[in-house]
Amino acid sequence: MTSTTASAPGNPTPAGPDAGPRPARAFAGPSLLRLTGVELRKLADTRAGFWLLVTIALGTAVLAAVQLIWAPDAEQTFGSFFTASLLPVGLLLPVLGILSITAEWSQRTALTTFALVPRRERVIVAKLAALVLAAAASTLTSLATAAAGTAIAGATGGAGTWRIEGALILHATVLQVTNVLMGAGFGLLLLNTPLAIVSYLLLPTLWSVLGEMIRPLRGPAGWLDTGRTMEPLFTPDVTGEQWARLGVSLLVWMVLPLVAGLVRTMRREAA
Amino acid sequence: MVDRAATAGRCRPPGGAGSLEHMISVEHLTKRYGRHTAVDDVSFHCEPGTVTGFLGPNGAGKSTTMRMICGLTPPSVGAATVLGRPYRQLPNPGREVGVLLDASAQHAGRTGREALTVAAATMGVGRREVAVKLEQVGLTGTAAKRRVRAYSLGMRQRLGLAHALLGDPRVLILDEPANGLDPEGIFWMRGLLRDFADRGGTVLLSSHLLREVEAVADRLVVIGGGRIVAQGGKDELLAGDRTLVRARDAAALRRALAAAGLAASDGTDGSLLVPATAETVGQAAADAGVPLSELRPAEGGGLEQLFLSLTTNSIPQEAAR
Repeated sequence: MTSTTASAPGNPTPAGPDAGPRPARAFAGPSLLRLTGVELRKLADTRAGFWLLVTIALGTAVLAAVQLIWAPDAEQTFGSFFTASLLPVGLLLPVLGILSITAEWSQRTALTTFALVPRRERVIVAKLAALVLAAAASTLTSLATAAAGTAIAGATGGAGTWRIEGALILHATVLQVTNVLMGAGFGLLLLNTPLAIVSYLLLPTLWSVLGEMIRPLRGPAGWLDTGRTMEPLFTPDVTGEQWARLGVSLLVWMVLPLVAGLVRTMRREAA
Repeated sequence: MVDRAATAGRCRPPGGAGSLEHMISVEHLTKRYGRHTAVDDVSFHCEPGTVTGFLGPNGAGKSTTMRMICGLTPPSVGAATVLGRPYRQLPNPGREVGVLLDASAQHAGRTGREALTVAAATMGVGRREVAVKLEQVGLTGTAAKRRVRAYSLGMRQRLGLAHALLGDPRVLILDEPANGLDPEGIFWMRGLLRDFADRGGTVLLSSHLLREVEAVADRLVVIGGGRIVAQGGKDELLAGDRTLVRARDAAALRRALAAAGLAASDGTDGSLLVPATAETVGQAAADAGVPLSELRPAEGGGLEQLFLSLTTNSIPQEAAR
């Protein structure tokens, strides 16, 4: 403690007349909370990130408008507005997840990021935490859009029913969190923006198509095709078996890429 | 590891004595990519209060070495420490080591100010420092608010330097920081680095131009083809024992030198280069009664030749990482 006091910034070092390059002190590393805050900021502080977030918000608004104009009056309820808004968000959140990881490499900021935080796993964990928070916030956006849609529907002759099951909101949050983490997993594994986006969009779809076409694949597809296993999350009722199928499919499409990607990111040379 | 870190933090002497004499210590660093050896058994040290110029032609292994020092590239063999510890074990490296490895390694869609704000938040440095450092490198007003995409290379270098200085570190590691700077910018940067070292800081900066670091470095480490070919104090490396001598009667001078047993080679514009001290050469001329029009140590002669040969030799070896 004494040496820390002796080398406090106010005391000039013997080396020079003014404090100059600071004397030695012990600096604590950034906490995970701070890193998560930084990563949240990085989601929105670039032009691409900012417009992606705006697009996600606009997407929900557009879908609400479409429903207001074309959906039958009886279907203009809070619940259906909410469910519909999950689609555009669920499509774009993975892109946010991918970009937050791959931009470090494509924009070469990995060099500065990992020079400031050499323990890369902390940066990755902070990124994932920031993405989970963003996904959870997207549910709030969906709720807000649904509320606006319901209010307008009520005024324009739609059903305007406000009833919604809490379980649906919970399932929607699970849906969006898994969506964004799947994207992040692809990003971590491939570390290249276009490759990750294309693979993310193509591979599960290809798997769905093959699962439909090839008879012996139909059984496993029910457990591995996220397009099918995630469907129940759009409803308030998910059975135990459906959770199990979801869990298995996410193990393959989310957990595996995340773990393998983390290993790859830890080892990769930042240049 | 935990208690070692705690001890190092507590007992670290302020002036950098004892084991911290070497602020940067590089021991037998080697990096192989497949069969290509990019860096081959490189060792050197940097002391506080000095600027070390890390010189070598493009592709000589400077950047790879610096990335290995900063824990971004795992070495195949060897190790490096900064402030007595492997870089990766520094809890908050930005506060102790300022790093600029590539001025272009910033997100093009972020503004200059935002790039620094993110770094400041990561290191736990106050927001006010961002403005101070931007001011210090001359990126103020609209320049700071523009996106990095719109920056010239010189502006990116300035931003990178502000980034490196942001945590008020004691050590600076800069890879080709003068690239893209105009002559005025280079002059300014020299002053900044000299001042940093004079106040007790340690600077390691790389360059592929001898002249660029000659003006600011105290020590030079010259690397070619991944290997260190020369290192030492700038003066001893640059001075050598070569003398430039010129006389109106070049033929008489040549005879006088030959009579004294001195070999002479042709320099530029009629001067002669002699591998001997100025005193010896002057004595030889005086003995023969040849009036001289110029007599001085040939600056950088040896090093420049060495450097030139490195540049020519290493071109075919220059491989993409």
